[in-house]
Amino acid sequence: MSRPVQYNAKLKTVEPPEGMMGDGFMATSLEKVVGLARQNSIWPLPFATSCCGIEFMATAASHYDIARFGAERMSFSPRQCDLLMVMGTISKKMGPVLRQVYLQMAEPRWVLSVGACACSGGIFDTYSVLQGIDQIIPVDVYVPGCPPRPEAIIDGFMKIQELVGEESLRRRNGEKYKELMGAYGIQ
Amino acid sequence: MSLTYETIQKKLTEKFGDALTNWQQPYGMLTFTGPKDLNLKVLQFLYDDPELKFQFLTDLQAVHYPGQKNEELAVVYHLHNLVDNVRIRFKVFTDINKPDVYSATALYRSANFMERETYDFFGVNFIGHPNLIRILNVDEMDYFPMRKEFPLEDQTRVDKDDEMFGRGGTMGFGTEKEEDGPTLTEDHKHNEGSKIL
Repeated sequence: MSRPVQYNAKLKTVEPPEGMMGDGFMATSLEKVVGLARQNSIWPLPFATSCCGIEFMATAASHYDIARFGAERMSFSPRQCDLLMVMGTISKKMGPVLRQVYLQMAEPRWVLSVGACACSGGIFDTYSVLQGIDQIIPVDVYVPGCPPRPEAIIDGFMKIQELVGEESLRRRNGEKYKELMGAYGIQ
Repeated sequence: MSLTYETIQKKLTEKFGDALTNWQQPYGMLTFTGPKDLNLKVLQFLYDDPELKFQFLTDLQAVHYPGQKNEELAVVYHLHNLVDNVRIRFKVFTDINKPDVYSATALYRSANFMERETYDFFGVNFIGHPNLIRILNVDEMDYFPMRKEFPLEDQTRVDKDDEMFGRGGTMGFGTEKEEDGPTLTEDHKHNEGSKIL
């Protein structure tokens, strides 16, 4: 006879989207289901450059587990990831490299800018540091901090999850998106 | 008998005479200055001499002294004798309008990258260097950042608050005048540097 579960009994599971349920079937809108699936299985690409990368390592470790939110498999190939997490100082020499990585990602793709240096150059306002990655790629969520605590990184990740869950399936083909990409010089 | 600073100085002055000047020992490290045409000869002598044997180039850097006309850029070599554990410093001054210095790459392989870095940041042109291009900065950069006339901060920012960065603002940092002298901010604009020779 197996022992019943004593600890961790209050688990939070994801709510199913509203729809019509019947005997063996459920009818909802496709966007909701796709959004639900996408938001809970985001595969991030950790673009860890400096100190924020260490905080990310802490976030990915067992204490502040980011795998709980679906980021179990960190892909290091941009072709296979959903979320580009830029963590750390990006110098002007690294800028084109980061842009290349972003361009190699497949739609739908999101960008999370972690830490003061990635958001705006941080304390390094010098000739060699890029003053914010949003000068070269579009960013969805900014996480401030120097470095942000793992809880803050998880908070940013949860905001990305919200964005992913609410995104319309037609957004990536629309005019506004094309304009946004055009502003960065991306086809 | 271990190698002393007197021995080193004596041997160098025997060989090069008055060409080497300004013998000092700041913080206990023997320092001397030489003319830039002789820099390779001095380095070669220090390398080959069986008693001196300075066969390790610890560092190669430059310093910009805007105040000294015709000798603004100093190229500094730090040499180390690994056998007797003795370190010396050798300085060579050059004009900023014609910053040509002979490259030490043939003698020390480590000078290759260090001279590229010195070129990248100060603009010192090393004659005879196999591949003198920028190493740490962006390739398209057209100025030399560590020269004193260039500001540290990225000039494209428009949102920096003077108050928070110690320039003026409500507390007036750097704007106090004392008896018709320049204010701190105005003084820093000239950047005369200090005379070191």
